[in-house]
Amino acid sequence: MGAYTIRRILMLLPVLFGMSLLVFSIIYLIPGNPAQIILGQRATLEAIAEVEKQLGLDQPWHIQYVDYLTSLLQGDLGTSIKTDVPISQEIFTYLAATVELTLVAMVIAIFIGVNAGIISAWFHNSWFDYTAMVFALIGVSMPIFWLGLMEQYIFSVQLDWLPSTGRYEASSVIDPITHLYLVDTLLQGDWKQFVDVSKHLVLPGIALATIPMAIIARMTRSSMLEVMRSDYIRTARAKGLGNFWVVYKHSLKNAVIPVLTVIGLQTGLLLGGAILTETIFGWPGIGRYIYDAIQYRDYPVIQSGILLIATIFVFINVIVDLLYAFIDPRINYK
Amino acid sequence: MTKRFWLASLLLMLVLSVALIGCSDKEKEEETKEPATDEQTDDTGEETTDEESEEATEVKDTLVYARGGDSTALDPITTTEGETFRVTENLFETLLNYEDTNTELVPGLAKEWNVSEDGLTYTFTLEEGVTFHDGTPFNAEAVVFNFDRWMNGDADQFPYYTMFGGFKGDEGHVIKAVEATDEFTVQFTLNRPQAPFLKNLAMSPFGMASPAAVEEYGDKFTENPVGTGPFKFSEWKRNERIVLEKNENYWKEGLPKLNKVIYTVIPENSARLNALMTGEVDLIDGVNPSDVERIKADDSLQLLERPSMNVGYMAFTVNRETPMADAKVRQALSHAVPKDQIIEAFYGGLAEPAKTVMPPSIEGYNDDIEDYEYDLEKAKSLLAEAGYADGFEFDLWYMPVPRPYIPEGQKIAEVLQQSFAQIGVTANLQTADWGTYLEKASKGDFDAFLLGWTGDNGDPDNFIYTLLDKDSIGSNNYAYYSNDELHDVLIEAQTITDQAKRNELYKEAQVIVHNDAPWIPLVHSTPVIAAKKEISGYIPHPTGSEPVTNTEFTK
Repeated sequence: MGAYTIRRILMLLPVLFGMSLLVFSIIYLIPGNPAQIILGQRATLEAIAEVEKQLGLDQPWHIQYVDYLTSLLQGDLGTSIKTDVPISQEIFTYLAATVELTLVAMVIAIFIGVNAGIISAWFHNSWFDYTAMVFALIGVSMPIFWLGLMEQYIFSVQLDWLPSTGRYEASSVIDPITHLYLVDTLLQGDWKQFVDVSKHLVLPGIALATIPMAIIARMTRSSMLEVMRSDYIRTARAKGLGNFWVVYKHSLKNAVIPVLTVIGLQTGLLLGGAILTETIFGWPGIGRYIYDAIQYRDYPVIQSGILLIATIFVFINVIVDLLYAFIDPRINYK
Repeated sequence: MTKRFWLASLLLMLVLSVALIGCSDKEKEEETKEPATDEQTDDTGEETTDEESEEATEVKDTLVYARGGDSTALDPITTTEGETFRVTENLFETLLNYEDTNTELVPGLAKEWNVSEDGLTYTFTLEEGVTFHDGTPFNAEAVVFNFDRWMNGDADQFPYYTMFGGFKGDEGHVIKAVEATDEFTVQFTLNRPQAPFLKNLAMSPFGMASPAAVEEYGDKFTENPVGTGPFKFSEWKRNERIVLEKNENYWKEGLPKLNKVIYTVIPENSARLNALMTGEVDLIDGVNPSDVERIKADDSLQLLERPSMNVGYMAFTVNRETPMADAKVRQALSHAVPKDQIIEAFYGGLAEPAKTVMPPSIEGYNDDIEDYEYDLEKAKSLLAEAGYADGFEFDLWYMPVPRPYIPEGQKIAEVLQQSFAQIGVTANLQTADWGTYLEKASKGDFDAFLLGWTGDNGDPDNFIYTLLDKDSIGSNNYAYYSNDELHDVLIEAQTITDQAKRNELYKEAQVIVHNDAPWIPLVHSTPVIAAKKEISGYIPHPTGSEPVTNTEFTK
């Protein structure tokens, strides 16, 4: 197990290297001239050439890549072209906002998804099963954009239950410690702001949770069904082991592996895919940070943002792999 | 057992969610009740219901302004981007100001000015007793410091300073010297006359910064802006909010009226309107034309129109070997554009058809010009005269992103395509990402394309010369249109300072352009702003940014 863990982590190195190369190449794949974008509609041709020179865009690509990698290894993520601020200084605020939102969304998705899946499997072919699966089908095909605006319209504009945008009330100030505001407000013991922050998380959290929730529910259901049909559960039931808890314990442990895969994958996807949710709910997260950067051809930000998300994604996968091995010792480490 | 378990967990969830909603509601009530009772005790004894007093105390003196994007900087001279000026207008003041609703000039930090006969010497008398937010006095030396700082920079650092023809040492640089003749008098000497000089000075990027603060913060000045404006900078959390606080020592008596202004970012237009409707924010810009009806129907909101200072147009790249190199063909196509229909469909009626290069809000607008009326028969006969009775084919490019003057490029291009098809001309629609689009347009790679312009300083020169003079080929004359007669008129208009005479020249220029038809001017659009009903004193300015000095809540 220990050796497996080490090997699994060492395997990350070539992956990370490959990723940096890929992310670096993005510059050459995106159409449009960054200097033109930076200077805008009012730019003259000379001014554009000037800016290109300043950005090093006139250098051959391999020199640019070596420069890029060297500074990355020194922890320098580059400087934003748009704001002229070192990216390492500002990126973590955005990342924290997205991580907080993603975690909340995943908690919602896992809690509701797994439970709905189990109940559906247990009461296979019941009304609950049918209803849940119809909802799950709607959930996976729901356009987040529309869902978000509808949530706002119903729960904010019409019912006035929850705030529609931002991370907290615009007029109240939160002093960031970890930049995870749920944690920060608790650390500061500010109950009122904690409630405020929680309320701001509800709508975007649900919007972001919808798709993974539906996927997890369906996955849990089919995985549970499969396990429940297997011989040993049938035997257990035949022996009169009708008790929900006993069977639940037996089956869930075996059904959890594919579900875990889905959870890992979805978490990674959400991290990078929160752009729409963040746009609609005015959430200052990394998805929007990268999106804005793309609009502006802010190459250093695009590169570092994607690299950071990809790195987290890879690490989540490693964690999932290690969890497999932990849960199911039969998994082959070689 | 199983049934009981599920029932129990269901109940638990129900209780929990009710508790959460309940507790948060209570929170809200307490929050609003406390100040409400205060008010009732020390007030005139007038009876107010809870709800009313909630408004009275909470609605307050803090304005929350939501917009689509964050500022890029808070030092206005370092950028050309409008979201920045919207904020810095409150922090920095310029020597001269524009009138509230148009671009005529009124005093700013300079209370008087006079221009020498030859248009080469400008003398400004400054307001006395004005201090920067850091407590240092504003005087002639400060003005000199600011101009020295800018003219010694370059286009990358101070992009808008190029309005003065370049930087120190450049051949075209207009400003020869800026000197303080006494503590409150400053004198500008020019190398050559520049007619829009005063209008340029009123532009937001030329706000006066505190010399002491610039020296103290250096590169970080953009995050620690210090001016003389009605509000002081307090906090900037990128992509979240910018907080400004009242400048208690503001030199204009009784102003500003608000205590605090918060600029927040909500990128999506409909979501921003939702936030306004829930009361999370007080004022929004960037309203979708399609949402205008929804705002009008809401009693708690008001709609504010910004006077138009833009033009959306379809341009022909006239130096290419296409039929459109012929002015007659361009005139023919000009007759085939249903402007009213486009405005109805894509602007929610919030635009007026354009017949010339610049909007009517600009001095020198020529209202006598008669637009090419929508007449397909006439278009066909003109085409036949030019030798294209069977029509021709060309590429029409449209921009991929919404612009204030052209909100839906593709759809407008489709209407044009259909209309041209009726006179036998085939337009193949093309697009590219915005960066490529601008680059190709500036290089003259398109047969014809959609684009637009928003004015900088409200001077006609900033439209006609900037967009269509032969000098501007390679910068903003993407049509590659060159006409010596026009050039002479425009250069003459640049060198005289008599505004009435200039206006006549610009009217003449518009006639020349109209006849040559290098463009089909499409619309002047009216951007709209939505606000809560109780906000008063917010007057949208044609330049696109305005301070909130006089803005207040009336209830």
